[in-house]
Amino acid sequence: MDVLLLSRLQFAVATYFHFLFVPLTLGLSLLLAVMETMYVRTGNHEYKAMAKFWGKLFLINFVIGIVTGITLEFQFGTNWSRYSRYVGDVFGPLLAIEATVAFFLESTFVAVWAFGWEKLSRRMHAVSIWLVAIAANTSAVWILIANSWMQSPVGFVMKNGKPVLDNLVTVITQKYAALTIMHTLGSAYILTGFFVMGISAYHILRRRDLSFFLKSFRLALVFALIFSIFEIVEGHLHGVNLASKQPAKLASMESHWSTESHAPIYLFLIPDPDNERNKVEIGPVPGALSIMAYHRPNTVVKGLKDIPKSERPPVIATFIAFRLMVTLGGFFFLLTIIGWFRRHTLESSPLFLKTIIYAMPLPYIACALGWTVTEVGRQPWIVYGLMKTADAASPISTIQVSVSLVAFTIIYTFLGITAFYLIAKYARRGPESSLNTEKGGAGNA
Amino acid sequence: MLETTWFVLWGVLWALYFMLDGFDIGVGMLSSFVARDEKELRAVYRSIGPFWDGNEVWLITAGGVTFAAFPAAYAVLFSAFYSPLMLILFGLIMRGVSLELRGKVESDLSRRFWDVCLVFGSFIPALLFGVAFANIFKGIPIDNEGLFHGGMVTILHPYGLAGGFLFVALFLMHGALWLSIKVHGNVGLRAEGVAQKMWYVVLFFAIGFLALSFKETSLFGNYVKSPALFVILLVTLCALFGAKIYMYKGIWWKAWWGSAVTIMGTTLFGVVGLYPSLLPSSLDRSYSLTIYNASSSPLTLKIMLAVALIFVPVVLLYQIWAYRVFRGKISEESLDYENRY
Repeated sequence: MDVLLLSRLQFAVATYFHFLFVPLTLGLSLLLAVMETMYVRTGNHEYKAMAKFWGKLFLINFVIGIVTGITLEFQFGTNWSRYSRYVGDVFGPLLAIEATVAFFLESTFVAVWAFGWEKLSRRMHAVSIWLVAIAANTSAVWILIANSWMQSPVGFVMKNGKPVLDNLVTVITQKYAALTIMHTLGSAYILTGFFVMGISAYHILRRRDLSFFLKSFRLALVFALIFSIFEIVEGHLHGVNLASKQPAKLASMESHWSTESHAPIYLFLIPDPDNERNKVEIGPVPGALSIMAYHRPNTVVKGLKDIPKSERPPVIATFIAFRLMVTLGGFFFLLTIIGWFRRHTLESSPLFLKTIIYAMPLPYIACALGWTVTEVGRQPWIVYGLMKTADAASPISTIQVSVSLVAFTIIYTFLGITAFYLIAKYARRGPESSLNTEKGGAGNA
Repeated sequence: MLETTWFVLWGVLWALYFMLDGFDIGVGMLSSFVARDEKELRAVYRSIGPFWDGNEVWLITAGGVTFAAFPAAYAVLFSAFYSPLMLILFGLIMRGVSLELRGKVESDLSRRFWDVCLVFGSFIPALLFGVAFANIFKGIPIDNEGLFHGGMVTILHPYGLAGGFLFVALFLMHGALWLSIKVHGNVGLRAEGVAQKMWYVVLFFAIGFLALSFKETSLFGNYVKSPALFVILLVTLCALFGAKIYMYKGIWWKAWWGSAVTIMGTTLFGVVGLYPSLLPSSLDRSYSLTIYNASSSPLTLKIMLAVALIFVPVVLLYQIWAYRVFRGKISEESLDYENRY
């Protein structure tokens, strides 16, 4: 294996792993802020216990997100130095701004919040978690603006063979970025909703702390329902945007080979990239792809055959990831709708509660699939239309990257197991410990 | 002018990072050595618990700013220092997780494991940041394409190691002083002893580092050209001796500030000597990356400057506020609870 492939693998390991922890941070910080605001407003200690119980799970998740985030910033330089040198003028400031406007706020106030239960007024304590939520989501906005620029480079001029920043406002406000931000945040909130619903369902089934977990469940349900609907509408707009921005990705997502009008979507198909066709095509929905991409059945949708082989993304991976993601998205919508009609009879819906528990990993998978569509579907480009991934890796040795890749895999596996074990342990234990502490009148360190 | 401004900011950001994360890295290295039982260890962890994460963001910012303002330097530096940076990264990952999760595990074995992670995860970055910066000061074998002709061993020459040991010693003293301020009882007393002893070690390595800098690098060139710059060295030395005086008087927070200024001064001493290079080439000086051939466009530098001028003061304000929220010694009762939640 060469440096390029190893570096790609390493970046994949680092980003997929990092993104197991990011969505929950984005969504749960908001839910915690809501819970604590309810506590400040009503004085009901149950809301405080909720903030503490979910807050503990939040913090375990948070630290893994933080430490694995540093890896990403470093890797642009260590493994993708040619890329960094090429795009530094536009991409660099976006990262630096993210750190300056968001990371400081997030890291400072998460500590103030975690250690400050007894040091701050209730109001100031609630403000702290709001600041964490705002900062976390702001940081997502900036990094997604940076990613969107790689997907759809705008606001630059070429100077000495390199893109040089011409208009930062164009970079920040481009439609592609707005759609990516909404899509990613939406998925994060769905994931959070299912995380909270899943753990609550576990306790509701066991009739433990019923009022506590019913409140949590319903809060999370509303959150997940709103964003499941939002995500479907938004995902569609995202697809429309892709048709003009990245036709190769769109064609790969649907395994669409021939340029044609009235392009169909097949309910089931098996791609055959070697022969530039699909082995099996069942259940065509006539014109659906044209309508999806351009809102009109007679519009021509570019097929993969009209895209040079050297500029086609891996079709099978992109296609499967997209199909599965969309299916899962539909499933989340279905589950949250069912949940909405059962919201008052949750205790007597054991089958539904069990389904919700087993559904917990699915949004994580959906997020990973979404990133697969985004990143694999963009290949062979690292910066769409400007720089190929193959030209972006650092001039380093295979041994260096092999060793670090093995080390990353070992360390991340260990961290993953540790985080999973601890979250599961404290999730199962329930809020008793913090409720008891409350009753004993004891303060908190 | 814009490039020079960013060069200064770049140096200040790294100096601030070392000054801030320096004490929690120092505490991390000392942790298992100054604490003898579970309660004492918990106090040590607690002394940096609310601060380490905010401090580490200065590293992310310093890295981000290197990327944004001097992309070519970022690309060459980070890829040339591939292996040491990976080790630093693994160290920072393990210590970060240790600091947050140690309080959430219940078996003695897991706790011991995270204690070891904290010590090594703190020691490795301290040492390797020192080695890396000494190498930046001295220059590394890069050609006109920015290709690095060397490996991990290339950077472990005596001057690099001197930089590494100096950083370790500085952070140990800095961390010991922090513990003296924050922790009651035996841990505080032991930390006071460590700080006082470490002062001599710092002095030894500082003199050695300066002497080797004179012999091995061209850092002193700028100082000879503009002797007014010697004020940086003077302030640094005054701070170092000031720290000793305050340790003797037992005013630990003033001694901590002395140590803080010493760390910033040490970093800035090298950075100022480097100007206008960011990364000298030891093959041929004309291959060096400088603020002129490695910087971003004026527009990017201007935008970044606006962001920095607006947000860095705000960041400093709320971080100072956060330090004030958690000021004073750690109370005994705050450690009695297994869980903070």
